[in-house]
Amino acid sequence: MSDPLLRLTGIRKSFGTAEVLRGIDLDVAEGDVVALIGASGSGKSTLLRVINLLERVDDGQVLLRGEDISDPRVKPDAVRARIGVVFQHFNLFPHLSVLDNVTLASRHVLRRDRAESEARALELLGRIGLAEHARSYPDRLSGGQQQRVAIVRAIATDPDLLLLDEITSALDPELVGDVLALVRDLATAGTTIVMATHEMAFARDVADRVVFLDRGVIAEEGTPDEVFRRPREQRTREFLARFSEPLAGDPLPRQ
Amino acid sequence: MTTLPAAPSALELDRRRYRRRQTGRSVAVAAVSTVAFAVVVWLTIVNTPGWARVQSTFFDPAVAARAWPRVFQGLLTNLTVLVFAALGVLLLSILLATLRTLRGPVFFPLRALAAGYTDLFRGMPLIIVLYLVGFGIPGLGFTAERPPAALLGTVALVLVYSAYVSEVFRAGIEAVHPSQRLAARSLGLSHAQTLRLILLPQAVRKVTPALMNDLVAMQKDVGLISVLGAVDAVRAAQIETAASFNFTPYVLAGLLFVLLALPLIRLTDWYTARIRRREQMGAVV
Repeated sequence: MSDPLLRLTGIRKSFGTAEVLRGIDLDVAEGDVVALIGASGSGKSTLLRVINLLERVDDGQVLLRGEDISDPRVKPDAVRARIGVVFQHFNLFPHLSVLDNVTLASRHVLRRDRAESEARALELLGRIGLAEHARSYPDRLSGGQQQRVAIVRAIATDPDLLLLDEITSALDPELVGDVLALVRDLATAGTTIVMATHEMAFARDVADRVVFLDRGVIAEEGTPDEVFRRPREQRTREFLARFSEPLAGDPLPRQ
Repeated sequence: MTTLPAAPSALELDRRRYRRRQTGRSVAVAAVSTVAFAVVVWLTIVNTPGWARVQSTFFDPAVAARAWPRVFQGLLTNLTVLVFAALGVLLLSILLATLRTLRGPVFFPLRALAAGYTDLFRGMPLIIVLYLVGFGIPGLGFTAERPPAALLGTVALVLVYSAYVSEVFRAGIEAVHPSQRLAARSLGLSHAQTLRLILLPQAVRKVTPALMNDLVAMQKDVGLISVLGAVDAVRAAQIETAASFNFTPYVLAGLLFVLLALPLIRLTDWYTARIRRREQMGAVV
């Protein structure tokens, strides 16, 4: 069997005395969609930042297509150009138009010319119905629109891997749908995605694999069906119960 | 689930060794290139035809030793003026910045006054303010005797630097996110309370590096009070130079000013670096 697209072995990371990741092993095959779930502070975001080399690991290896990208001899900028990231708070550049945000990496990292970059950007923006906003600045867009622009910015360079860090957590509920629909389209089209999320229903629908992180270790992983319907671990059941209670539980007590 | 932190793997140890080697190599390259550059500059200067003359005129150890007591005494005057001027600037500039943040038509005259003040004193050269204060105020005849030149110089420095520093404070106050003001006012705090308890503390943190930079700048400008006749380090050097026909005392005074500034400059660097570290929270980019 050939190398998986992404392989993590024995990843450890501490901040001061706090051990955030305590030995993570994970394989992500080409075209896989992996959902990381777990409580706040369980290490989901740190793990994504480790994959993108925004954090230096204390131990362990990150392999991208079999190449050890956690090796200090590897140029991090070149690796990051192959990985797209979407952040919780969009992080669009406020001084650049939507189009310039999307074409930035294509022009300055991949050194494609402006016409080519803009044609590709406009095509992607058109697909999400935002082509007419190409010349607008991010502050003219709604949160949902900004986040979809951020996703397009991340995929405009055709990365090998897309990392999504709780991309709907800062959005109003009615804006979440459009963003998730876009992610679903990407997943269906075969994009390899690792996403940290609190949207359990979405994870169940879209993910090929669900990974439950608890205090810096993978407590349980499997297909959405296995993890959500037949969790083996007590910890997983407790965590999931907190999400399902408001739906299945009692109505609020009346005054 | 309380496992001890595992001992680093061989792989991780190898990575650490590699990083240490890279760091060592970078430091070595930087050190060698710096020394090489310094040597080239030094050789170029020393081999100019006039070097011997310049050396005896500007870098004469005997003259420096003779000038030392007087120049050092002068530097103490500079230091005193600096301390009082810094305190004066702090008070006046916060007052000015506060006046400029007042809202409502009632306060228009105060706002306009503060704005006019900063326009005037940021535009006017320090040396002219020094002359106006140094010779104009005694001319008014408030006091029987002329106030000491060092005091008048301090006043002029405070007038000019407050105009700059108040703008730094104002920028800091405006850089605090508006939601902070809304949150404070929604709790029932008055405008003044909001400013004192919420906005200024955050603003000061934001602008401290800029303020320290202004302090370093003022430290040098304290030397200008010599034009009023105060015997500070610069004036003392001038007197010594006139006595010995040798410029070494000026160089001595200049070096003393640098020594005076160094601790502050280092402190500014350290503080700025600390703020940056806190904001980035461990990320490597």
